Amino acid sequence: MSIKLKKRLLLAAGLVSSLTFASTFALAGEAEDKGLAISKEAKARDIGWTDSKATLQMILKNQHGETSTREMRLKSIEQENDGDKSLTIFDSPRDVKGTSFLSFSHIEGNDDQWLYLPALKRVKRISSRNKSGSFMGSEFSFEDLTSFEVEKYTYEYLRDEVAGGENCWVVVQYPLDKNSGYKRRIVWIDQSEYRIQKTEFYDRKNTLLKTLTFSDFHQYLDKYWRSQKFEMVNHQSGKSTILNYTNFEMKTGLNEKDFNKNALKRAR
Amino acid sequence: MFKIILKRIHHPTMFCLLVGHFFIANANEFEVRGNIEVQGRFFTEEALFPSQHDQQISLAAAPEFFWSWNDNKDSLEFVPSARVDQHDSERTHVDIRELSWVHVGDDWETRVGIRRDFWGVTEFQHLVDIINQSDSVEDIDNEDKLGQPMINLSVVKDWGIVDFYILPYFRERTFAGPEGRPGIPFIDVDNALYESNQKEEHVDYAVRWSHSLDDIDVALSWFEGTSRNPQLQPRFSIDFEPVLVPYYQQISQQGIELQANLESALLKLEVIHNNNSLQDFWALQGGIEYSQYGVFDSNADLGWLVEWGWDERGTDGNSNFQNDLFFGNRLALNDVDSSELLFGFSYDLDLESTSVLLEATRRYGENIKLSLDVRLFESNDPQDPTYLFRRDDHIQLTAQYFY
Repeated sequence: MSIKLKKRLLLAAGLVSSLTFASTFALAGEAEDKGLAISKEAKARDIGWTDSKATLQMILKNQHGETSTREMRLKSIEQENDGDKSLTIFDSPRDVKGTSFLSFSHIEGNDDQWLYLPALKRVKRISSRNKSGSFMGSEFSFEDLTSFEVEKYTYEYLRDEVAGGENCWVVVQYPLDKNSGYKRRIVWIDQSEYRIQKTEFYDRKNTLLKTLTFSDFHQYLDKYWRSQKFEMVNHQSGKSTILNYTNFEMKTGLNEKDFNKNALKRAR
Repeated sequence: MFKIILKRIHHPTMFCLLVGHFFIANANEFEVRGNIEVQGRFFTEEALFPSQHDQQISLAAAPEFFWSWNDNKDSLEFVPSARVDQHDSERTHVDIRELSWVHVGDDWETRVGIRRDFWGVTEFQHLVDIINQSDSVEDIDNEDKLGQPMINLSVVKDWGIVDFYILPYFRERTFAGPEGRPGIPFIDVDNALYESNQKEEHVDYAVRWSHSLDDIDVALSWFEGTSRNPQLQPRFSIDFEPVLVPYYQQISQQGIELQANLESALLKLEVIHNNNSLQDFWALQGGIEYSQYGVFDSNADLGWLVEWGWDERGTDGNSNFQNDLFFGNRLALNDVDSSELLFGFSYDLDLESTSVLLEATRRYGENIKLSLDVRLFESNDPQDPTYLFRRDDHIQLTAQYFY
């Protein structure tokens, strides 16, 4: 462990009065503090990207190995002290072309989501409980694709382990949202750049449901790391989904007015 | 006979404005997409009217052309739509769904031309939705709309979005012709009556404020002009045949839309108040949409819908849903082919009639979508508009190719 991180952890621990807890709780407390400190640092390193644009290709594979491809474009804007806003525009399959999806994720409370159906010219609100629902028939649920916010979880550091060829901290994240589809997620965060290399998702019954691996990392604006390839495998259904990012750009000049219902209706 | 519904639209200034803008500007993005479809309706009972048939095949196309320039701040969209029906001369028609120029400013945008715009939150009936006329020959569910000429200014503020509309021309509702089914063969669409002596040239106005506050969506609207929903008045034709003539009133309508998201449920309410020279009235449509995610140990989503429609005029008014209960289920399998199943049921609490809709859709490959619709009608009360559809139970197969 780096000296820098030790200092950070001590600082974090010092701020928390749990130090005064009985010594039997000290071990559990340390693991929680360390898990939280790592997650806070990972988030802190990812602040300030302002906005981004990307083209996504989503390859769905069913248990028989049959594949189907969906294409979409994603625009996101960072929010100070709240979850990000994003606009997703679907390009294929052709029958859903022009459908677009506006999402305001929040640190506290439910996310706000609207879908625009171009054939009916209708903006339709989506129930915020759809977190655990499938995104476009993929193995990704809506909550897998919303922005990471430190306040949404409690943490527990488990161990150090290699993943994606990097030395990682293995941290458990327990969602605070009762509507989450997961009991817990285990993330492998690399020690060199605080990038998530791998995530395991455990369903409400605490059974391993899915594994997500991140690869093909690129650095933007000399600071922000983004994986260009997400691979999600569902262990229970045998299905999988690959997300390929292309044409990724940061600080493209998007602003708030590109993320309202008028922009949603206009998106194409 | 290929009847052109838009034949009476003659707004050369608007067309020149649009076309001129396109040719002067250096379009830096151009896109074509759309779909073509073949559809068959197969009726299970003998027709009520001798002019109707037991099956009806049709072909339809709706290409979309889109240009944008000036860094996407200006765009032009053109969406013609056409259908050729084997029997129904009224259903054989073309329409311009969209031909409009959109200019985006800082916190406002203007939309000028022929457009469609939807207002509302409920699923089984759209009371508040009033900008566009229904293209009822496409489908009796009134979800298909005719293009409406308009000038629309939309302003985005922290306290919501305000839309102002000037609607300089009125579109009459389309109805199935003598050979169309389901349909009422004696509606005389060629001699529609108007309260205003300006007829379809009466200029209508509308304004709507809409806003989202956390889990709540709210909208208030005001419309002044020609009612989109005609009264069907019994008359005699020049040949002394009994006919129903559409009569379009002048109305002033206020609308309220409310939607609250409580966990898995969306509570929905639409209320209108309609002022007119015959009988002022209130009407509402409200209910709940409840969603379950990951049902049957799969990725499938299951939605439950319950709504109630009410109209103050009761069975004397021209509303089909004066005291009606609606129930529906929507099952989305979230599979590779986007398979979906929709079930809808409506029951008229006053007239005790029912109608049932079952709709299954699935994609084949990347470009083809198949839909199977089953519609059933049950009515024993001659007072009930559904009574005229009582023998129109049918299966409808639609194959669409998207490009």
